[in-house]
Amino acid sequence: MLIDKSLTELASGLINKEFSSEEIVKECFDKIEKINSKLNAFTTVLDKDEVIKKAREKDNKRTENNNSLYGLPFIIKDSYNTRGFPTTVASNVLKNYISPYDATVYSRILNAGAILIAKTNMDAWGHGASSENNDYGPVRNPWDTSRVAGGSSGGNAAAISSRMTTFGIGEDTGGSIRNPSSWCNITGLKVTYGRTSRYGCVPYVSSFDTMGPMAKSAEDCALILQTMAGQDPLDATSSPKAVPDYSKNLQNRISGLVLGMPKECYAKGLDPEIKSSIEKAAEQFQQLGVKIKEISIPLLDYGVAVYYLIGTSETSSNLARYDAVRYGQDRSNFTKETIRRIMLGTYALSAGYYDAYYRKAQKGRTLFIKEYNKALSECDAILMPVEPMVATKIGELINDPIQNMLADIYTCQTPTGLPSLALPCGFNQSGMPIGMQLIGKMFTEEKLLNIGHQYQQMTDWHKRKPPLIEK
Amino acid sequence: MKNQKAITKDQVKHLAKLANLKLTDKELEKLLPQFTSVVDFVSKVQSLNTKNIPETSQVTGLENIFREDLIDKNRMFTQDEALSNAKKTYKGYFEVDAIFEE
Repeated sequence: MLIDKSLTELASGLINKEFSSEEIVKECFDKIEKINSKLNAFTTVLDKDEVIKKAREKDNKRTENNNSLYGLPFIIKDSYNTRGFPTTVASNVLKNYISPYDATVYSRILNAGAILIAKTNMDAWGHGASSENNDYGPVRNPWDTSRVAGGSSGGNAAAISSRMTTFGIGEDTGGSIRNPSSWCNITGLKVTYGRTSRYGCVPYVSSFDTMGPMAKSAEDCALILQTMAGQDPLDATSSPKAVPDYSKNLQNRISGLVLGMPKECYAKGLDPEIKSSIEKAAEQFQQLGVKIKEISIPLLDYGVAVYYLIGTSETSSNLARYDAVRYGQDRSNFTKETIRRIMLGTYALSAGYYDAYYRKAQKGRTLFIKEYNKALSECDAILMPVEPMVATKIGELINDPIQNMLADIYTCQTPTGLPSLALPCGFNQSGMPIGMQLIGKMFTEEKLLNIGHQYQQMTDWHKRKPPLIEK
Repeated sequence: MKNQKAITKDQVKHLAKLANLKLTDKELEKLLPQFTSVVDFVSKVQSLNTKNIPETSQVTGLENIFREDLIDKNRMFTQDEALSNAKKTYKGYFEVDAIFEE
């Protein structure tokens, strides 16, 4: 299967005319037609003939100087505006809405020559960790279709894992790239806040939202990020910092680096099989010359509350604009989970409660930044689980608001803005994928990708595919 | 959370009004216990010691990001494009509900 190849291998195969974009695109559609009805990964699949036509154009116009993504099919979370196509955020509020403009990250990927094939199902507005909170039906996990794919970028993870695309563009606010990546056995990067432009992506929490790559490996993520990253005059919070060459140092040896393991993350509440998988990974890192150090994040347990209060406050404000006047359907179309979040945010921001909730959480945010900075002063990156459990059964999280929040326990450090790479590190007894994450200092994506790539050189977890697609 | 007054249905009703959400009585009743448990959960922040701790509202460290006040015609919608997603339009304008009574 061509789609099993890395993006670098695909790019060089295309340049050397070993195969064509048309063949890759057809392979994707073949998988979509065979498998997607079992997974429900998409909100919109583009017209096959149109996409194949586009692939042929790319094949005809290819030169040796093309971007590595040139001619490669990709998918994008349905929160990105894509001119001429629907953008629904998987909510009926935006049913029938056709984007009149492009999100910056999307146009950068398009300008590189990549070919959009589908927009992906998700938790509506990013509100969830299971891709069940939406008006399109849950995204199912390719490793066990009675389980969720994770969320909110669940459609991306399910589709990449089952080889319906060569890569995907996701979005992470409180774990939305990392959670489904770990539950579906793919690699996903939550970038530093400001590394990529937010322009044109439907906002969830404007001060946490980050646009990042999802793919089969850290090496692929490096290549995609290269095209995505950089300052955008249309997003005043995008960083003017120079974009490094993310692929350049992937091969660097990582001996001598220190990974910190926060003791609070490996205590109560963590599935023992996940714990032992990550401990095994830590041993493998040690074989690569990495030092493992126990560190502490005493405030870990407060993370969800801080994240949630600021998050719902910002989302209640962001979603206030949806009044159905200029576009969209009226506010009676919000789902129950989204209504709960709007209500909590409205409560936290309302007179009499502002100090006790919103302002208090913004102070808590400062404490978290200090705490993570301290932890990261003792190590090069923090090694943590992504989720306390493997992918849950359909219905388990969506019907329990508190459990739904607690699923974010290890990924809700987004108020700090720190980057984090999620990657596969094993399977449990029933064959469900387990993920780990590496959290780094601000703007150290290069280092995280280097560490992740070195780990993926000595392990093959990330190459394993769900049995579903072999049938 | 100790000493915290229970949230009432009227309060939730008022919040729904502030958030411009039209909820039926039945929906409000169903929402109340869920909302109460979520508020209880996040009330955990109140036990954080934040004495002399300033608030953080953004992490970029960037301030005063300006651009020239110039019109970029490449980014302008035509009138048709701007109206393309509106359900109700009138002679090239968005149509909105009247706010004054006749």
